[in-house]
Amino acid sequence: MNKAIEFTTSLLTNIVTANPLDIAKGIFKSTTIPLAGIAVFLVLWQVTASQIDTSLGKFPGPSEVWKQTENLIDEHNEARKKEAAFYLRQEKRNKAKLEKNPDAKIKHRDYTGKETFIDQVWTSLYTVMVGFILASLIAIPIGIISGLSNTLYKAVNPIIQVLKPVSPLAWLPLVTIVVSAVYVTNDPMFEKSFLTSMLTVLLCCMWPTLINTAVGVVGVSKDLDNVSQVLRLNWWTHVRKIVLPSSIPMIFTGLRLSLGIAWMVLIAAEMLAQNPGLGKFIWDEFQNGSSNSLGRIMVAVIVIGFIGFILDRTMLGIQKTVSWDKSAVLR
Amino acid sequence: MNIPHLEITGASIEFPTPEGPFRALDNVNLKIDQGEFVSLIGHSGCGKSTVLNIVAGLYQATEGGILLDGKEVNEPGPERAVVFQNHSLFPWLTAYQNVELAVKQVFKGKKSSSEMKEWIEHNLSLVHMEHAMHKRPDEISGGMKQRVGIARALSMEPTIMLMDEPFGALDALTRAHLQDSLMDIHAELGNTVIMITHDVDEAVLLSDKIVMMTNGPAATIGEILHVELERPRDRVALADNHQYNQYRREVLSFLYEKMNTSKKEESNNLVQLQKQPDSKEQAA
Repeated sequence: MNKAIEFTTSLLTNIVTANPLDIAKGIFKSTTIPLAGIAVFLVLWQVTASQIDTSLGKFPGPSEVWKQTENLIDEHNEARKKEAAFYLRQEKRNKAKLEKNPDAKIKHRDYTGKETFIDQVWTSLYTVMVGFILASLIAIPIGIISGLSNTLYKAVNPIIQVLKPVSPLAWLPLVTIVVSAVYVTNDPMFEKSFLTSMLTVLLCCMWPTLINTAVGVVGVSKDLDNVSQVLRLNWWTHVRKIVLPSSIPMIFTGLRLSLGIAWMVLIAAEMLAQNPGLGKFIWDEFQNGSSNSLGRIMVAVIVIGFIGFILDRTMLGIQKTVSWDKSAVLR
Repeated sequence: MNIPHLEITGASIEFPTPEGPFRALDNVNLKIDQGEFVSLIGHSGCGKSTVLNIVAGLYQATEGGILLDGKEVNEPGPERAVVFQNHSLFPWLTAYQNVELAVKQVFKGKKSSSEMKEWIEHNLSLVHMEHAMHKRPDEISGGMKQRVGIARALSMEPTIMLMDEPFGALDALTRAHLQDSLMDIHAELGNTVIMITHDVDEAVLLSDKIVMMTNGPAATIGEILHVELERPRDRVALADNHQYNQYRREVLSFLYEKMNTSKKEESNNLVQLQKQPDSKEQAA
């Protein structure tokens, strides 16, 4: 949205000041070239796809993927209609019951239809955000504290360095077993599959934020530190007024890296934990093995790519609003 | 005169290095009266900043110490406000907010919020920054940043203001403007000021007392020159003043004749000095 406004205003100022040829060039550069790139890619994809024969038919090209996209949206709309109809029927039935006998017990049942693709996208987004936010809430304070104390930094650093490169697939079995052992309740607030996926995301994505926060805190200028000492700021004010603002750029660099990792990890975690998100969608289509499956998986791949891109841009937007250093070039 | 306002007695400092302790300062003794403007001058690396940092409480003297109004100083505090060489403003705060941070800390519970606002604006207007007080440091010039740094130090109502080469990074014209502002402020408020400089003209123009430091290692006070020019001082009029030029000559001769007598010693010092930054880092 911001970008759109920026673009329009810059376009408007261009129109007022620049000559028409320059404007034409500007539009050409900013839209035509990326579009041409996409077009070439689509052609290459279509040509290559038609060469690949699989047990499930030809590898889907762009047109097949588009068809499947429409199918998935239609399925979603149909499911929504069914759901609405279900609730309507239930309401009617209950009304009729109450009219006959005002004291009758009424049952409210939830609709139990299969999740649609779009529901699964939302589940994925929800899971990744919960994992990412919890990871940030853990990583930023630890990063700040270990950045402030040289001793603690030295104590924590080797552990971080060893845990950081561990693959989500290695954590997952451990997390699964621990969750099923620890999370025992008759009235579960969360699905176990959700907890497993979310915790795996958390474990894998907290490290970049932690490390970058610590590095940012260590990098607080000695001069600003001296000012804080002269003012006799107490620990909390020092952290809030000096350490936090000056490490904000580094913290956000970490957060962006973390969110990227979180999104990548999530898909793998969902496949194995059977959390009803995009990962499970791909896994189910893979197991299903119909002639549509490959196309549907491709749709998921593209959606995953776009969501990852949007998540990164959103973080960038937040970083630009929060960061005090407006001169820094962020991309 | 009973007790001096600030008394530095036998202050020495050693920084640990892998080759054993490095003695940066040796037996510095200095007495400063209330309202005096004192300059510390010397070749770079001679330990001027170390003296200032000891007075500020940012460094601890290994031997000797500091008495301020008869009380020992061993930690930093706002009554010894520091104006840093590179302004040290918080880049994410406006000029006003930078001063506000200091004022809120020092006058918490002593001033109401409207009194604080007035006090912040008063200090910014002392340094002629009222027109740009809601701009952030990256939107104002180097001279303006240093003005805000001074306003922040003044706003703490310090008994002593410590200035570490405050105008070192500025061009000559801006520097002259700020020196005039500083003289006006000093005349109006009568604070005690210790300023580090390596500009001889600046030292003579501003100071009541010029403290000349010998070269390190184990730097100490070489000579103290009392400048008895009448205030207010005018830089243009003083250019032809015989007494002014006499003071200038004395400082110059200390720096370039007495301190440069032995070339060999100088080069030894340089070798030592190159080791000093490491040791400082370790100490910090």
